Amino acid sequence: MTLVVEARSVSKTFGRAGEAVSALAGIDLEMSQGDFISLIGPSGCGKSTLLRLIADLAKPTGGELSVNGKTPERARTDRDYGMVFQSATLLDWRTVTKNVELPLEIMDVGGSERARRAEEMLKLVQLGQFADHFPWQLSGGMQQRVAIARALAFSPALLLMDEPFGALDEMTRELMQQEVLRLWGETGTSVVFVTHSIPEAVFLSTRVLVMTPRPGTISHEIAIDLPSRRDNETRKNPRYFELITEVRDALRSHD
Amino acid sequence: MTGRDDLEPGNRQIGAAPALGVEIPLTSSRPATARRLAAVYTPAVVAFAAVILLWEGTTRLLDVETFLLPKPSEIITSFVDTWSTVWEFGFRTLWEAFGGFVIGVVAAVATSFAAVRWVRFREGMLPIAIAMNSMPIVALAPIFNNWFGSTNVLAKMSVAAVVVYFPVMINTTRGLLEVDPGELELMRSVAAGPTETMRRVRIPHALPFFFASLKVASALSLIAAIIAEYFGGPQNVLGQYIINRANLFQFPDAWAAILVASLLGIAFYVLILVMERLAMPWHVSFRETE
Amino acid sequence: MTSPASPSQIGRAVRAGFSILAVIGGFILLWETYKLAWGALDWSWPVRPDNRTMPHSWDVVVALFQPAQRRGPILLLVELRAALFTLWEAFVGFLMGGAVGFGLGVLFVRSQTAERAFMPYVVGSQTVPILAIAPMVVVWGGRVDLPQWFIVSIIAAYLTFFPVAINTLRGLRSPQRTALELMTSYAASPREALWKLRVPSALPYIFTALKVSAAASVIGAIVGELPAGFRGGLGRDLLQFSQQFTAAPEKMFAAVIVAGLAGITFVGAVTLVEHRVVVAARRQSGEIGRAAA
Repeated sequence: MTLVVEARSVSKTFGRAGEAVSALAGIDLEMSQGDFISLIGPSGCGKSTLLRLIADLAKPTGGELSVNGKTPERARTDRDYGMVFQSATLLDWRTVTKNVELPLEIMDVGGSERARRAEEMLKLVQLGQFADHFPWQLSGGMQQRVAIARALAFSPALLLMDEPFGALDEMTRELMQQEVLRLWGETGTSVVFVTHSIPEAVFLSTRVLVMTPRPGTISHEIAIDLPSRRDNETRKNPRYFELITEVRDALRSHD
Repeated sequence: MTGRDDLEPGNRQIGAAPALGVEIPLTSSRPATARRLAAVYTPAVVAFAAVILLWEGTTRLLDVETFLLPKPSEIITSFVDTWSTVWEFGFRTLWEAFGGFVIGVVAAVATSFAAVRWVRFREGMLPIAIAMNSMPIVALAPIFNNWFGSTNVLAKMSVAAVVVYFPVMINTTRGLLEVDPGELELMRSVAAGPTETMRRVRIPHALPFFFASLKVASALSLIAAIIAEYFGGPQNVLGQYIINRANLFQFPDAWAAILVASLLGIAFYVLILVMERLAMPWHVSFRETE
Repeated sequence: MTSPASPSQIGRAVRAGFSILAVIGGFILLWETYKLAWGALDWSWPVRPDNRTMPHSWDVVVALFQPAQRRGPILLLVELRAALFTLWEAFVGFLMGGAVGFGLGVLFVRSQTAERAFMPYVVGSQTVPILAIAPMVVVWGGRVDLPQWFIVSIIAAYLTFFPVAINTLRGLRSPQRTALELMTSYAASPREALWKLRVPSALPYIFTALKVSAAASVIGAIVGELPAGFRGGLGRDLLQFSQQFTAAPEKMFAAVIVAGLAGITFVGAVTLVEHRVVVAARRQSGEIGRAAA
């Protein structure tokens, strides 16, 4: 079975010799189909950079990185992944439906098929009745759901999420976390999730990768052995708090 | 005090000078070390010299007729031959432009203050100003010619004044109004009245907008004066000279007059720059960058 | 979103109509009051209130419905024809300049080399005071047997292409980085990114420039019509009536009013198109409201 993401000694340096900044060094990572891994760490630890290397929005300066058994570039041109950013980045002049259809248009999917898939996706994220609205008519959380629907519209193998709930309030955030888990369960897409929030990382993932800055490396890998079905009850589970403490200690261990 | 993008949608006609189709860039001049100026302007100067040489070369080589495309050398010759005439006419036109400029700016600033003070006035005034901006203001030239007499310098000054009024008024109002709400609240918290707020917060904020609009207005006033002259009046001004020479197909003479107009325009612009420097020595764009 | 006019839209149009009438009415009131007051007080500064210098507003209206020349069509029709001619020149130039400006914007966004090479010339083109030399260019055009109205259009195009180019470029560069990265993540070709992301983002900017250019084109057209020997158009009429001022001041004022209206109409038309094409414009006017989130 191909690993969805495989990294061997991946590194990324910015700038020229003498002024070089090492954003990532010696990253080793193996991710199987169906995994949900979170990357967590302080600012500057390279978690977003790593995500962008996977997305082929930047190229590694060293090491080997493969996505879905291919080079990241090939994976991108084959549209093997969907991406969700911190800001929903919906196109203002398109309705919600048209926004979800955007990647399908670029992939030359026919009109009726596009409409069908968009409708299906919007139903999946429970925004069916807002199909003809414009982005500014929706709340932040709803916009992010549209962004997620868009990312899943072409059923990619991998979903990359870069602090997608960072701009939302805590209550909405918890609801969205539930949403993402549901979608993960229903679609079977693998997820790489970048976050600042320890509880969020623990709640969502099967594995949490703790990163440290200067240079960015994965210092700890913590398996989350909570029951696979997670909800508000999980948030009261003593093991949940233990894992949060474990992650926190791992983060602190480099202060 | 960032350079605002005044041709952004949302800010539409505000900041633009549609009267004569010129846009107002808000960012001020670059920091003025000699070396930096040289680095910035040298390519342009070299390119300009190259174009002139090419122009001269091709017209000579292909023996192009003067009426088709005059040679630069012919233009310079005419410029030198008609030197005193063309400068005399030029200064007369400049006077019309400058007078109109002053009147327009004073009226614009007064209106701006009123617009800031009284909301109703502002709400009534702004749409009218925007609508009037869409009208060809130069069409007023015949009216002013006839009210003040076409030989009266006031006729041309009025056209320039109206042309200058709108962009300056719209931009200055914008500068006075679009102050950071935090600063306004600060003023209220120390019980500062509207005059104090105006002095300490609004006016300093508006100065970059004001000077940006002045720079464009200076060019507009000169063009407006020349165009107003096209509608009739004494012959001893640039506009009439240009159109007369053109009607006689004496194009090098006409171009020489245009050259004078450009030089005067540049001088006027530099004057505004100097005034801006004096008024806003603290402005970001004048600081040496890191 | 092309639904039939909603009640709120109609309401807004009616209110706008009323405001316009109010403004016109207010102006007429000022005019006549000035004449009355200054006349009674026998003042003559800044403008004499006599009927020669300041014809009564109703005299101007009446003049519009009198024949312009002995036994000819009424002045209003004559001026409207002239206005249409001028607007036609302006429009052709506007289209040409708009196309060139847009093309330059797209070129510069695609190729930084092209931008570095040509932008200085684009900016430099504006140092030529085209409005000031418009009559000269038209005379030159006549001398070399080019159709005069077309020269005027060229002038309008010259005035249009620069603001449109600058604003197109600005608008094409306006999308956020994440939006561009999104397109990259879809492996979209540069052309797809251009038409699906950059151009729609640029539309508000482009229309702002187009409105400015529309007004400028009309001015350019009028000024270009001034030289001797030009036939038809508002510029000619303005000049002619200005010279016939002592005999018939109303005709001159009528021509000025028609010229002003021509400018406003053109800009208004562009604004209407903007409203249809640019979603943000409809949003600003409240046509598409907020949903209960």
